[in-house]
Amino acid sequence: MSHTETEIPTPETTHAHEPQVLKPERSRLGLMRPDHGKSVIIDWLTTVDHKKIGLMYGTIALFFLLVGGIEALIIRTQLAFPENDLISAQRYNQLFTMHGTTMIFLAIMPLNAAFFNFLVPLQIGARDVAFPRINSFSLWGFVAGAIVINFGWILQALEVMGLFQASGPTAGMNDFVPAMGWFGYAPITGINFTGAGTDFWIMGLQILGIASLSAAMNFVVTIVNMRAPGMKMMRMPVFTWMTLVVSLLIVFAFPAITIALGQLMFDRCFGTNFFVVAGGGQPILWQHLFWIFGHPEVYILVLPAMGIISEVLPTFSKKPLFGYSIVVFSGAVIGFLGFAVWSHHMFTTGLGKVATAAFSLLTMAIAVPTGVKIFNWVGTLWGGRVRFSAPMIFSLGFVWMFMMGGFSGIMHSSAPADAQQQDSYFVIAHFHYVAIGGIFLAVVAGIYFWLPKMIGKMWKGNLSTWVAIFSTVGLNVTFFPMHFLGLLGMPRRTHTYLEGFGWETYNLVCTIGAYILAFGIFLLVVDIIRCFRSGEPAGNDPWDARTLEWTTTSPPRVYNFAKTPIIPARDALWEHKYGPENRRITFEDDHGHGIHMPSQSWMPFIASFGFIPLGLGMSLMQAGIPYMGYFAIFGLVLIGMGVALWAIEGPGGYHLHPEEDAI
Amino acid sequence: MSDTATASHEDGHASLIIDNKKLLMWLFLGSDCMFFGTLISTHLIYRKLYPESFEPTALFSLELTSFSTFILLMSSFLMALAVSAMHKGELKSFRRNVIGVIFFGLIFLGCQVYEFAHFVHEGLTLSTNTFGSTFYMMTGTHGVHVAIGVFWLICMYFYSHTGKMDAHESAIDVEVAGLYWHFVDIVWIVIFTAVYLIEFI
Repeated sequence: MSHTETEIPTPETTHAHEPQVLKPERSRLGLMRPDHGKSVIIDWLTTVDHKKIGLMYGTIALFFLLVGGIEALIIRTQLAFPENDLISAQRYNQLFTMHGTTMIFLAIMPLNAAFFNFLVPLQIGARDVAFPRINSFSLWGFVAGAIVINFGWILQALEVMGLFQASGPTAGMNDFVPAMGWFGYAPITGINFTGAGTDFWIMGLQILGIASLSAAMNFVVTIVNMRAPGMKMMRMPVFTWMTLVVSLLIVFAFPAITIALGQLMFDRCFGTNFFVVAGGGQPILWQHLFWIFGHPEVYILVLPAMGIISEVLPTFSKKPLFGYSIVVFSGAVIGFLGFAVWSHHMFTTGLGKVATAAFSLLTMAIAVPTGVKIFNWVGTLWGGRVRFSAPMIFSLGFVWMFMMGGFSGIMHSSAPADAQQQDSYFVIAHFHYVAIGGIFLAVVAGIYFWLPKMIGKMWKGNLSTWVAIFSTVGLNVTFFPMHFLGLLGMPRRTHTYLEGFGWETYNLVCTIGAYILAFGIFLLVVDIIRCFRSGEPAGNDPWDARTLEWTTTSPPRVYNFAKTPIIPARDALWEHKYGPENRRITFEDDHGHGIHMPSQSWMPFIASFGFIPLGLGMSLMQAGIPYMGYFAIFGLVLIGMGVALWAIEGPGGYHLHPEEDAI
Repeated sequence: MSDTATASHEDGHASLIIDNKKLLMWLFLGSDCMFFGTLISTHLIYRKLYPESFEPTALFSLELTSFSTFILLMSSFLMALAVSAMHKGELKSFRRNVIGVIFFGLIFLGCQVYEFAHFVHEGLTLSTNTFGSTFYMMTGTHGVHVAIGVFWLICMYFYSHTGKMDAHESAIDVEVAGLYWHFVDIVWIVIFTAVYLIEFI
């Protein structure tokens, strides 16, 4: 079965054949499974195909990226001039809270999840993830959490129109959108200080946590168990490695926030004393629990970006990744150390000298594996045949901009310096260099790199270069002056400021930069839509790439690989194309019994849909709307019913008999 | 219901060492360790912070809790027998042992309900102090775990009467439930030691 010639099939052969027409069948419940139906909507709602789930994650995440971006623009416009009164202080608080929450949980994490979903099974030579229905549950759970967390905007609009007032436990507090910062520090989250917005935030994050946990466990099992023959751990692409590390981080970091949110919910709903100062509760406990989750969360966000970069740089340098094993190991070390540095967010809370020194030291230690990665990326470029295509341009931007964020990060690790920078704009400058200069640029690199594979069409023209110019210039103009603002003493989360502190010019420049960045993101959206509408067929391997996903058709067929590939080496496709004879990818013979495909199912959708009445019911009860307790119970019943029927209906499945693979 | 596992065997994924569902359960248990770790450490931190504010030895009945701990331990023993029976395909023995596990689990839950009612009657509620908050939330979360386990096993018991259960298909499912049950048991041993016994030193 081995192929000696490298040929990239023409677009005609790519879509040459469709799977044979199959009829829907009955599940063990006696109900029709939603497979092979006519309705496109039902097909996407019930899909268990990791590629479709990945695309949905990506689309919804991009939508929330725009939402969070608009929130940021309003914030920056408010801050453009001293004593500006574009929005009220409370609205400002709600906007920065939702900006942080949206960007972290509804934009970056699901964008990463989109890449995980689409790429990991393809990169390891699997037909799907280990648990396709849990994957669907994770996606719709994420959507449910996003709806619950943003639902407050509707109530807030009603309140502004004078149609709705809070009563019941939160009577008199009309903040229906969370307004206490994305970290929700106690005691401001207490029932006496904030309204139902905090409840929407608690329930929404809890639901998002469940979705993330189930997705993470799914991916660990997939990567450990579903690898194609010969795909040893140290032959896996670095992106898959980073997915594994991130999934393990989620598995072990999210419980801390889940319990903390549960305790906070009990404080607000059932009168416990976890964070209630009057009852002996310690607000500092919330900070510990939050950051035990929160710091690994930072690496949950950034490690996939590093994975993307580690795929793009070798491809566009035509060289293997320099020091593959040390890059993988560094990623794992970053993940491991991530659990041991949470208190560097709390240097000014008075932890004591020993604790502060220890956390300071460990934080500095994280710079070592991160630095190793940077040097390895530079080593990959060294002597390579570098092509400046869009993914490469964004990746190079990532290396440089991420390093800027890293430098100010090292400055924070020194506790005395941090005491000066704490809660100032310096911190904002730091983590936006990491988040936009790092993660965002890497994700855009990933989009330009894999979009041809995902939708089978190639983006065209030079618009991508303009996206790179506007977003990089924009982010530097926005965030570089913030270093100075911070050192001049401008505090974070401030609604407005007086003239005469020397902040006016910097703030105006920051705001102008924000609009430049926004224009860059607008161009990105235009470019993606253009690619969807009028992209030319991409071909299977447009970049002369290295890893297994490029052996499939673009877009990959529903079963990914017609025959299971046997992987002889790291950078499997590259070795197949240019390596010695004994490193060709061969294929397993399936002896004619075809490919076993999982059946689609309504049950994950129903189970995760139940989170919406549960979350809304619990929150609206706090806002004093009658009968909402029953609504929450209805949600619980829906979840229970969905899970029970899910178990009973059985996984089902059908067989496909496809033709040859692309390579 | 291990179609997915068998399917992936058929699809030639030679790297399959531990069954998919079993690995998923191990990951969940790893995660669950962190859940209970957070709850128990919250309890211990507040206990150490306010040593004088509340004296639980007057409230705790060591006899009752030791009894329910013993019952839970024995239920784990029966669970191990049930898993072994299912591996051998002995459905009858499996049913007998599972009934035992369910029964013991229900006794444990009964003891906990009695204990909670007694404590509330004595004046310790969720909002009395931090001890009440941490104690009820921690032991309550554990109780919910036991209740879910009991419900799961009841479902399995009824499922075993449908004739769809055999050693080949269902042993892994029973084993996964067993892993969960043993874990819940072990967590209780930790709670019993760190929350109850330690007060009497």
